[in-house]
Amino acid sequence: MITDKTLPSVSRRALLTGGVATGFLLAFHLPLRAAANEPVQKDATDGKFAPNAFIRIDETGRTILMMPQVEMGQGTYTSISAVLAEELDADWSKVEVQHAPPNDKLYANPTFGLQVTGNSNSVRAWWMPLRKAGATARAMLVQAAAGQWGVEATSCTASKGEVAHAASGRKLGYGELALAAQSQTPPKDVAVKDPKDFVLIGQPLKRLDTPDKVNGKALYGIDAILPDMKIAAIANCPVFGGKVGKVDDSAAMKVAGVRKVVVLDDVVAVIGDHMWAAKKGLEALKIEWNEGPNAGISTKDIWQNLRDAGAKDGAVAKSTGGIAKALATGDKFEAAYELPFLAHASMEPINATVHVKPDSCEIWTGTQIMTRVQSEAAKAAGLPVDKVIVNQHLLGGGFGRKLEPDMVVAAVKIAKQVDYPVKVIWTREEDIQHDVYRPVYRDQISASLVDGKVAAWKYKVAGSAILARWLPPAFQKGIDIDAIDAAVDAPYDFANFHVEYVRAEPPAVPTGFWRGVGPNNNVFAVECAMDELARKAGKDPIEFRKSMLTKNPRMLAVLDQVAEKSGWGQPLPARVGRGVCVQPSFASFIATVVEAEIDHIGEIVLRRVTSVVDTGIAVNPDTVKAQIEGGLIFGLTAALYGEITIEKGRVQQSNFHDYRMMRINETPKIEVIVVKSGEAPGGIGEAGVNAGPPALRNAIYAATGVALRRLPIDRKLLAVGKKA
Amino acid sequence: MATTLTINGETKSFDAPPEMPLLWVLRDILGMTGTKFGCGIAQCGACTVHVDGKAVRSCVLPVSAVANRAVTTIEHVGSTPSGAKVQKAWLDAEVIQCGYCQSGQIMSAAALLAATPNPDDADIDAAMAGNICRCGTYVRIREAIKLAASGRQS
Repeated sequence: MITDKTLPSVSRRALLTGGVATGFLLAFHLPLRAAANEPVQKDATDGKFAPNAFIRIDETGRTILMMPQVEMGQGTYTSISAVLAEELDADWSKVEVQHAPPNDKLYANPTFGLQVTGNSNSVRAWWMPLRKAGATARAMLVQAAAGQWGVEATSCTASKGEVAHAASGRKLGYGELALAAQSQTPPKDVAVKDPKDFVLIGQPLKRLDTPDKVNGKALYGIDAILPDMKIAAIANCPVFGGKVGKVDDSAAMKVAGVRKVVVLDDVVAVIGDHMWAAKKGLEALKIEWNEGPNAGISTKDIWQNLRDAGAKDGAVAKSTGGIAKALATGDKFEAAYELPFLAHASMEPINATVHVKPDSCEIWTGTQIMTRVQSEAAKAAGLPVDKVIVNQHLLGGGFGRKLEPDMVVAAVKIAKQVDYPVKVIWTREEDIQHDVYRPVYRDQISASLVDGKVAAWKYKVAGSAILARWLPPAFQKGIDIDAIDAAVDAPYDFANFHVEYVRAEPPAVPTGFWRGVGPNNNVFAVECAMDELARKAGKDPIEFRKSMLTKNPRMLAVLDQVAEKSGWGQPLPARVGRGVCVQPSFASFIATVVEAEIDHIGEIVLRRVTSVVDTGIAVNPDTVKAQIEGGLIFGLTAALYGEITIEKGRVQQSNFHDYRMMRINETPKIEVIVVKSGEAPGGIGEAGVNAGPPALRNAIYAATGVALRRLPIDRKLLAVGKKA
Repeated sequence: MATTLTINGETKSFDAPPEMPLLWVLRDILGMTGTKFGCGIAQCGACTVHVDGKAVRSCVLPVSAVANRAVTTIEHVGSTPSGAKVQKAWLDAEVIQCGYCQSGQIMSAAALLAATPNPDDADIDAAMAGNICRCGTYVRIREAIKLAASGRQS
């Protein structure tokens, strides 16, 4: 729920004097706590200019932009607003944003047909639809003004929320035109601006969502507070697929503040006056679990299963030239690269607040998949979809975990047992042990070298088909287009090129999207193999890549620039190396160099990271930089530490002490250079994640000669005296 | 059990078990949700508050331990000189992404600057290594702390 409020002085001052020369005063309205008696999800258009689902302008000129994509840190609220406001010629100082309600008809992501935020495609998918929406609204405002003045619309101009008629010197603000514009007929096919006329797109505009994030005012799902609300802590069955057996709640019910124990099929919840009571109550419960058929499963079995599956032929995703014949000639190379299960561990632990009434269900949460949450909650509540209200919030990180509705479904089932609102909070231990995990992958590459170049390239990906579960129509002919995304889209000029995919679902372990998605495994395997092939060919890793990028000028340009900026080729001390990564992911062209030192016991010190990014038109160049910086750290964290292991059907990691995150003291200097480009925008929120692991691995290869083929990095292989 | 605390200069009285962590008192009893739950075991720093000006992890701090001591939270840190400088630097350097950890980051940084007005990289590492940011804003956190310390802010 979003209502008016006054900006705190620190935010106002900071924004007025911030780094952007424009000096815009931003009035941003974050969701305030929904009061119980306040109507929610009303998109009142009375008395407003509401030309489409995205734009609302009232008589005061207040301009509300509805956000079809969710803000989870990637800066999309500011980028989407800039795109809309650019074509609308809005007064940026009057722009406010609102979370869009669940509605696939109005707000479905054009790529997915669902109201989903993922795959780094918010700007890519909405670029033209939102420009058209803005330009259409602008044309209607201009028509309204021209009508009032009795002049031709073509003789009027719009800028900063005003329409002007230069010949007569007349001006009208968008607020004054709102009512008249509402009755204008929208033009059928309106022209969008020439990029050279952009005034907002391409500027490092200050983010709209951050002022309230410095003073505790920003509200995430976990911050929902409702009258009479109680808090629930939960225990999921520790074994995947297991069920609740017997529950003895006698001790738990004696804990002060505990109100109720709810026993579901596979979850037990303790509801209390506060989280502390709920947690103490949960600890006091005696639960016997029916562990089920997965109680014997371990990571070792899962890897054996995957290696066996990977030995089979897969479905052919792409094949050009004659792979069998080409592989039979030249200098042969074969390698398999393996990636572990990973948890998302967003800083905001999983949570959902639900109030189930006899004829309605209301939800407060932060989700990447609004309409699916609504429909799954409706099923769990036994109500029609239109009786389920979803109040979207800012997300304290998403990273793909919040593309799943499971936490909301469980919360609805718990809330059905009581007549008051319940906020269900997962402890960090539940969050890590009951995630939907980045799957294990085994990527096998066979190649041959002729005259120092790759003459044949056969790449087989084996792993879970997340799309087959998550978006079944997208899974066709046995191929998961996510798992092989950056495998088929290789940046290099390989004459004989062949990609296969083997679907291999890990027993028991649920798998899902994890920031960087399919390209994480592809870019890692491709770039590791390219480094090994370069060494085999006796060539410098960058020169070797460049020799096969002659038809890819954008990639060649970023690679050349990163070589220069990173000091590539300059001498380094012993056991210090530089590694490069080139990636074509999310329609962005990125080259990265990591410089790292490996000490005598194999511990790694990151010294420096340089990335050069051509993402086409950068809607907000500072956001592009921030996403690459953060994405690099997210990916490097996984390379250094990330692994979820299973024993006896249970996840062995539980919190940040054994599922480690990079910290500030481990963070190197990171330089990100954003190339000016007039091409269509690419995706950026996940791209940095792809780059870190292979570039670091290749730096280690350069420093030690050890060709690591698994993540996370095994320090034991890197101690002095070890040789792969 | 009735407990009285001084939070952000105001006296607050409430019933809570003495061993209840300050984090849950703030969030679930007093409705002050700026202080965040991240791990519950003092590993991530999202719950950082000031007690007598020092940064502490409220998720493992029994409420009984802070009776008669001054607690400051993110909602009020802007009224301290170092807190205001840090908040402004965070916006100037556009540090924040999802923002969930940033209450804790800002509390740690404000305590650092109050004690060490011109921190070097080692001081920053020592003060900030207890705060995890999953979005990876560390480069800008370092830059913002230096900006806040420099007095170069507009």
